[in-house]
Amino acid sequence: MSTFVLLVATGLGLAGLYFLLAAGLSLIFGLMDVLNLAHGAFFALGGYAAWTAMDALDVIEPVGLRFLLALVIAAAVGYLVGVVVERLLIARNYGDHLVQILVTLGLGFAGVAFLGGLYSYDPRSLAQPEWFADTTTVLGARIPNSRMLIFAVAVVVLVGLLTFLNRTRHGLIIRAGVENRQMVQALGIDVGRSFTLVFGIGGMLAAVGGTLGAVYFNGITPGLGTTQLIFAFIVVVIGGLGSITGTAIAAVVVALVQQMGNFYVATGVGDIAVVALLALVLLVRPQGLLGRTAR
Amino acid sequence: MTDTADTTVRPTSPAAAPLPTTRATTARGGLIALVVIAVLAMLPFVGIPIPGVLPGAISSPGSLQVLAIGLVFAGIAVSYDIVFGFTGLLSFGHALFVALGAYGTNLLMESTGLPYVAAVPLTVLVVAVIAALLGGVALRVGGVAFAMVTLAYAEVFSILLLADPLRISGGEEGLALVSDGVPDLLRGVVNIRNRYWLALVFLVVAYAIARMVTASRAGRVWEAIRENEDRVELLGLRPLPFKLVSFVIGASLATLGGGVYLLLVRGANPSLASADFTLALLVMVVLGGAGRLWGAAIGGMVYGLLTLRLSALGTSGVLDGLPDPIEGVLSEPLFVLGTLFVLLMLFAPGGMAGISDRLRSTLRRADGAAPTPRAPGTPP
Repeated sequence: MSTFVLLVATGLGLAGLYFLLAAGLSLIFGLMDVLNLAHGAFFALGGYAAWTAMDALDVIEPVGLRFLLALVIAAAVGYLVGVVVERLLIARNYGDHLVQILVTLGLGFAGVAFLGGLYSYDPRSLAQPEWFADTTTVLGARIPNSRMLIFAVAVVVLVGLLTFLNRTRHGLIIRAGVENRQMVQALGIDVGRSFTLVFGIGGMLAAVGGTLGAVYFNGITPGLGTTQLIFAFIVVVIGGLGSITGTAIAAVVVALVQQMGNFYVATGVGDIAVVALLALVLLVRPQGLLGRTAR
Repeated sequence: MTDTADTTVRPTSPAAAPLPTTRATTARGGLIALVVIAVLAMLPFVGIPIPGVLPGAISSPGSLQVLAIGLVFAGIAVSYDIVFGFTGLLSFGHALFVALGAYGTNLLMESTGLPYVAAVPLTVLVVAVIAALLGGVALRVGGVAFAMVTLAYAEVFSILLLADPLRISGGEEGLALVSDGVPDLLRGVVNIRNRYWLALVFLVVAYAIARMVTASRAGRVWEAIRENEDRVELLGLRPLPFKLVSFVIGASLATLGGGVYLLLVRGANPSLASADFTLALLVMVVLGGAGRLWGAAIGGMVYGLLTLRLSALGTSGVLDGLPDPIEGVLSEPLFVLGTLFVLLMLFAPGGMAGISDRLRSTLRRADGAAPTPRAPGTPP
């Protein structure tokens, strides 16, 4: 029983990471029809931004405060990079989605290699408060606090994102844009600004994910985001393109299936089970759990 | 329908239209192809060094090895062009089939003792069936979702290769070529010429098959699907079987390429199935120009030479004067390639978008319609 509880807790931590990556992807795709292949590089960038911040700010005590600062700095870096990338590279090619996707593809390659050249490909471990590695006993299982923290951050992000989308004017425009972009444009609203905003938010979430991912995986490597990106894609498709709630549900399902399969059957089985799940969803419900009609 | 630029573009359709072929251009194309093949076939007898591009004289074993890998990449890029360039299927799982070709051939030789020449075609057949099954599921969704699903296929296979639950794929090390089944003519450093010619034969076969199928009636339907799938459906054709056939043919040729690659590098490596390699294929095809086979072939060759030789840049001493971080970044081949690719996409008129824009407006003008300067994906 305690193993099961531990697996669920670890799975929820992983689900948090998947959600942070997938939410940005899903929003960007839902609004702009752009598949951002550089998202994995954003994830890794966030991890390295946090690592650099932790390294530079080592006078600040306690470590927990420093970690919080590093997380905020990583988020800011992710937001800025997202905005710059959208303005500089994506905005030039509105109307040609294939070129946009290919630009993010080249950017993803270059970004990962850039981080590799700068920080080397050896894993860098992030200094973290001792509290992270401590365990809390829940239902007889000793669960590392960091797993619960990651899940909690993801829940906060989910609530924040839903509030932003449902209660603010910017959110309203984004939701309307996801539904029917032409109509929003026809009403005289500059959708381009929403594009930039969504790309920035996506970059920010990915960077937060990268910082927490460095904790979850005990270190960050340049290619870490790209590996996670694949599962984030699966989460996005299962959840339904453009739906944040669907993405959240799918993140939990995918992470739990993966953890259980890998632990109870054999390493690798969980990963295959996830793809089988994807195939099943596509056969039964091609638009995903909560998605609009898939295109 | 007069959509503005960023509205109803299908993300799948690569914005490139091939030139209309007339009998005259076909004849000229055939002549050029023969000359190119003849020149490539003669290269092992040319002793001229090309500094910077090749490690030694063209006829040296090192250079021939680099060139042969370039030729195999070119063939695989051609196979991908059928799926992506002609049919408009943005498959991110093409590397899966290359890896299946390499691993499958080796495992078949090891377990059954079949000779190489029999193991390769058998592997191609088996993988064709696998491709039909995988494609049948993935093609239920279109566009970007299809891309994600195919990417997931390849990634899971890559994870399996690394985790190696059945203890057959050799994990991170990969597999060493089972050399017992390989004919003597293709073994050893002495016979590098023969392996080079094998790579050339693969490219010619892949190109010829691709040329044949894309020029066939099915090929016309593929292009129609790429341009406007709804219209194909309205005309009474079911797009799914056509897309599936394109997917399977592309996959089979990629598998063949994997089999040849296995022989060239004397082993199968898990990086073949990685997302990086699949995306590299996309880069190859787009570098040369999607929807044109010779473009894909040149793109594959250029990419192969660049990746194999750019790493020499880092150790060449050219970058020594630069500060450490900059030197570190610039000696990453993928950084240079990725940046070049982004710049190509953004600025070079020879890039895919530029070519397609010009072609489309030319074609449209030829049809007597008003030229539209900047609306690449708009249905005509």
